Amino acid sequence: MINSGVMVKVEGLRKSYGTVEAVRGVSLEVRRGEVVVMIGPSGCGKSTFLRCINLLEEPSAGTLQVGDRRIDFGVRQSMPHGRDLARFRARIGMVFQQFDLFPHMTALHNVMAGPVIVKKLDKPEAEKIARSLLAKVGMAELADRFPRNLSGGQQQRVAIARAMAMAPEIMLFDEVTSALDPELVGEVLDVMKQLAADGTTMIVVTHEIAFARDVADQVVVLDAGQVVEQGPAEEVLLRPRNQRTVSFLSRFHSTIGERRA
Amino acid sequence: MLLAAAYKWDFALVLSYTHLWVKGLGVTLAYSVGTVLGGLIIGVVCGMLLLARRKWITLPVHFYVEIFRCTPLLVQIVWFYYALPIVLQVELPDWFAAGLGLTLYMGAFATEIFRGGIISIDKGQWQASRALGMTGAELMRHIILPQATKRMVPPFVNQSIIQLKNTSLLYVVAIPDLMYTGSIIVSDTFRPLEVYTSVAIAYFVILYPLTIWAARLEARVDQ
Repeated sequence: MINSGVMVKVEGLRKSYGTVEAVRGVSLEVRRGEVVVMIGPSGCGKSTFLRCINLLEEPSAGTLQVGDRRIDFGVRQSMPHGRDLARFRARIGMVFQQFDLFPHMTALHNVMAGPVIVKKLDKPEAEKIARSLLAKVGMAELADRFPRNLSGGQQQRVAIARAMAMAPEIMLFDEVTSALDPELVGEVLDVMKQLAADGTTMIVVTHEIAFARDVADQVVVLDAGQVVEQGPAEEVLLRPRNQRTVSFLSRFHSTIGERRA
Repeated sequence: MLLAAAYKWDFALVLSYTHLWVKGLGVTLAYSVGTVLGGLIIGVVCGMLLLARRKWITLPVHFYVEIFRCTPLLVQIVWFYYALPIVLQVELPDWFAAGLGLTLYMGAFATEIFRGGIISIDKGQWQASRALGMTGAELMRHIILPQATKRMVPPFVNQSIIQLKNTSLLYVVAIPDLMYTGSIIVSDTFRPLEVYTSVAIAYFVILYPLTIWAARLEARVDQ
């Protein structure tokens, strides 16, 4: 029986594409209500790792546990299929770099999509959930707009509401501010900070070091597919012990100092 | 030059075969609608099959599509009309055997149109749907197809227009469409110029509005 406080437990996760191994044995434990921020240079495998957690990528080896569902990968293939796989993913929310809203639906219907299509909820009930979430991300006024008529920041806030509408046990954020104009980054980070304050369990892959410092309970530094440093935000970001963390963070230190002041 | 100047056009005689013209037009339209619909069904089924990951499913479909795209339609019509019954050792009704080649030809193009429409949808749409917990059928029906059909309609209408003209090739297997009807009237009146001009006008009158409609559809999709 799993410790009731642990939402996600990953052990020795590996993912290779042909001969290239993108994730090389990563372990991670995320407790209920915890915010884990994963940082590291481009191509370090952090996005791939995140996509393995909701099985958008099929891990090559390791074990993955989300809630009470545990899956072993490797020797004997045990990747779930069809409805089983869909049900597994339904418990995990994910937000992407490119928003990926459904362009043929209004903001409201984007948020209703999960409850209506996957959970088969009544439309009025789904709409109630959707409207309250849109209000939460500050998009209530623009609920009837189509994605093409929204800014990047607005689209991303709708995308967060869309994922939250499934009432997921954990939220995954995959570089959600990387495609935004600098002046739009703040509004999305503010929504994420609010979610964190509400007790949402989150794994956040980002380059926003200041966000990691302010919000993360745990920071994980990945390099070349491996965890090089892991611990409380203050410790990892301000007193890194690993040389690769130091060199990675050196590019951001001015920012950290600046925002701290 | 003298002869050309002396030629007296006589459309009245040619057009007096009203009954034959109407019947020919009916046959042309029937084969157009029938083979387009048949092709559409083939296109949806084969297009779906092409999305499968297994080679033994996609390979035969690719083979079918390329055979029909890379051989002349005239040959296909003749082959299915005369050769297929011999190969299969079955008696096929004439009207059916004649339409088979046209239908399979349309099906090959419709397959490519369908596949093209599906794969033109951004990968992010698939991953966002999967991440929400949709099954393959759910994401196809609610997310991918509503977007893809919009993109499929203009090329499909264009191919249907070509298909309507292609039914004129049925005249080689003596199906009494507009073209074949024309040739009968020619042999009766010895007025080929008037007859084939009339045939051309008939096709134009049917197809021109369709092309305008297709152009409008394209403009709407571009928005």
